[in-house]
Amino acid sequence: MSWNVRADWRGGDPAHTMDPLLVFPDPPPPELAQCLDLDGWAWKSVADPDAAMSEEPDEGWAGAIVVADTDPEGAFALCRRLRKVEMPLTPLLLLVGGGQLADLELRDDLFDDFCLTPVRPAELQARIEHLFYRTGRGTRPELVEYGPLALNPETYQAAVDGEPLDLTYMEYELLKFLAAHPGKVFTRETLLSRVWGYDYYGGARTVDVHIRRLRAKLGEEHAGLIHTVRSVGYRFGQSRWGVQASGPAR
Amino acid sequence: MEKTSEDRLRDQRDYVLRTVEERGVRLIRLWFTDVLGRHKSVAISPAELETVLEEGLQFDGSAIDGFSRIQESDVLARPDAATFELLPWADPDEPSGTIFCDITNLDGTPFAGDPRQVLRRNVERARAAGFEMFCAPEVEFFYFADSDTTSAPVPLDQASYFDLTTADVASDLRKQTLHMLEALSIPVEYSFHEDSPSQHEIDLQYTDALAMADSIMTLRLAVKKIAMDRGVYATFMPKPLNGVQGSGMHTHLSLFRDGANAFHDPDAEDGLSQTARAFIAGLLHHAREITAVTNQLVNSYKRINEGYEAPRYVSWARNNRSALVRVPIPKPGKVDSTRIEYRAVDPACNPYLAFSVLLAAGLHGVEEDLELGPEARVNLYDLSRVEQRDLGVDGLPANLSEALDEMEESTLVRDALGDHIFEWFLRNKRAEWSEYQRQVTPFELETYLPNW
Repeated sequence: MSWNVRADWRGGDPAHTMDPLLVFPDPPPPELAQCLDLDGWAWKSVADPDAAMSEEPDEGWAGAIVVADTDPEGAFALCRRLRKVEMPLTPLLLLVGGGQLADLELRDDLFDDFCLTPVRPAELQARIEHLFYRTGRGTRPELVEYGPLALNPETYQAAVDGEPLDLTYMEYELLKFLAAHPGKVFTRETLLSRVWGYDYYGGARTVDVHIRRLRAKLGEEHAGLIHTVRSVGYRFGQSRWGVQASGPAR
Repeated sequence: MEKTSEDRLRDQRDYVLRTVEERGVRLIRLWFTDVLGRHKSVAISPAELETVLEEGLQFDGSAIDGFSRIQESDVLARPDAATFELLPWADPDEPSGTIFCDITNLDGTPFAGDPRQVLRRNVERARAAGFEMFCAPEVEFFYFADSDTTSAPVPLDQASYFDLTTADVASDLRKQTLHMLEALSIPVEYSFHEDSPSQHEIDLQYTDALAMADSIMTLRLAVKKIAMDRGVYATFMPKPLNGVQGSGMHTHLSLFRDGANAFHDPDAEDGLSQTARAFIAGLLHHAREITAVTNQLVNSYKRINEGYEAPRYVSWARNNRSALVRVPIPKPGKVDSTRIEYRAVDPACNPYLAFSVLLAAGLHGVEEDLELGPEARVNLYDLSRVEQRDLGVDGLPANLSEALDEMEESTLVRDALGDHIFEWFLRNKRAEWSEYQRQVTPFELETYLPNW
């Protein structure tokens, strides 16, 4: 059994961590493992349906990637175990050889998407991303914590030193984004597009306005969590490189 | 993953619902504003919230100023979930939330009598031209011992500009107010004791026009509420005392385009872009027409006529405080703070309507690329009327009646406010003027009774 844990935040919604993906067979083809590792997915490989049950994480599998080109029998058996149940596992990506396309007939309910082997890493990546988008799975919110600050994306609540913060929606979203990327410097433009999204008209000034509000609400003691990086933008928490590159927070 | 605006709306609603649940909110106050700029509130329970967020709250608007219509009077209050806040002065055992509403007709179209919708429309127009307007008002007000109207108001102190008075009830009040405003997402730039006894000023940090109009509504409520809790009375009446300056709401304005300050031009000698110059020209061109909206009370003109920090003449200048439009010189390296200051507005205005006409007048100048006349370099108060006329300097309307005459002729104001509010406002304000005209004032009694 191989075991790999995502090292860092990545992908669409940064405030979310993921449980591992189920991967079949065990061990998986080295090129698949490499590809998943490079893209930063957490995964765990299993040899058979029983292992899929016994190895299942407490919070459930985030999804599954089943390679069917070497052991089609075992692969489809696993798919049935994962899907023909009251709460079918989703998303499930099936990897099949070019000669196996006929095997997919009448098995539409066993998988969400498929991909031909040999896999092209970019395609695999795009398909996994898209599956998670479509099924809304794999993005289970978890606590975002940094020093005295804690955010719970599930309840939309934020607290400093255990005291709840009274935030507006946009203040909350901005704080969540920043706190999920500690040490990283963001330009105002990046924050606008990542936090406000495309439907917002106001310029980068809006970011300054909200940063100012957030600092006021964090209180004097914690306002310094958000640093102004002169002529660049903002950084939450300490610099990644441990160097105080910017002046005091203003 | 990009969020669509529908996702965003759903997220905002979820945010409100979850916060209400998690924080045990017992009451949600739906806030909106009548045509005269008075704060209105309807409270609902958390049980009703989800439906109201989805469908709006239906109510009969006929009793609200400027809301009544001839055929039917039912309208919908639709909460703007982005404005949801927990009310910092609520009893901790009974947390309350507040949320600003847009008023719509039952079919979902914007209700013509809703000032917030009027400002939204004007902001949209500016966006269509590529501009976002930012506002930063300096709100002045007085603290008095009470609201007794049978005698002259009693100030809490006799301090003056920037005075630091120890054990001063009023500065205590102001400090408390600032904390409250920060808790309500209204950042304060400065606050200090103003010129007149018991007069105070709170300068808000710039934000976009709609958010700022909301903030002013909240600020007026917070200032009054905190004063009331301490047994004193706060007023935004423009000129409550004889012989001292009144309360204004000098408003700093700037336009941004593509994230850059459209008022700044690094190549111009004075740093002012042609957009800024044309915007000022538009404001000056329409100044007399928009004054009824920026200064809507009979009493507003007592402030303007008293002078001091209040402008009487339609003029602009860089550093001349008698001018209607002042162009503050930005600090070195702070070109983004290039802005202009419109000094006529008073804090008893309806901020939604006032920002609407300011934006419309300035934008009209930009659209027509109006030429800006020369800066007023002398103190206009020192000039005779003939000298002023030679300089091409007009006065602002001397009273509400004159201002209404100017407004009535203005297609710009009619366009900016929409027919419904335009006509209702004129009718209502004409009635106010006519009532005032029949009053015998203390001035008349003191001056005439002993002699005639």
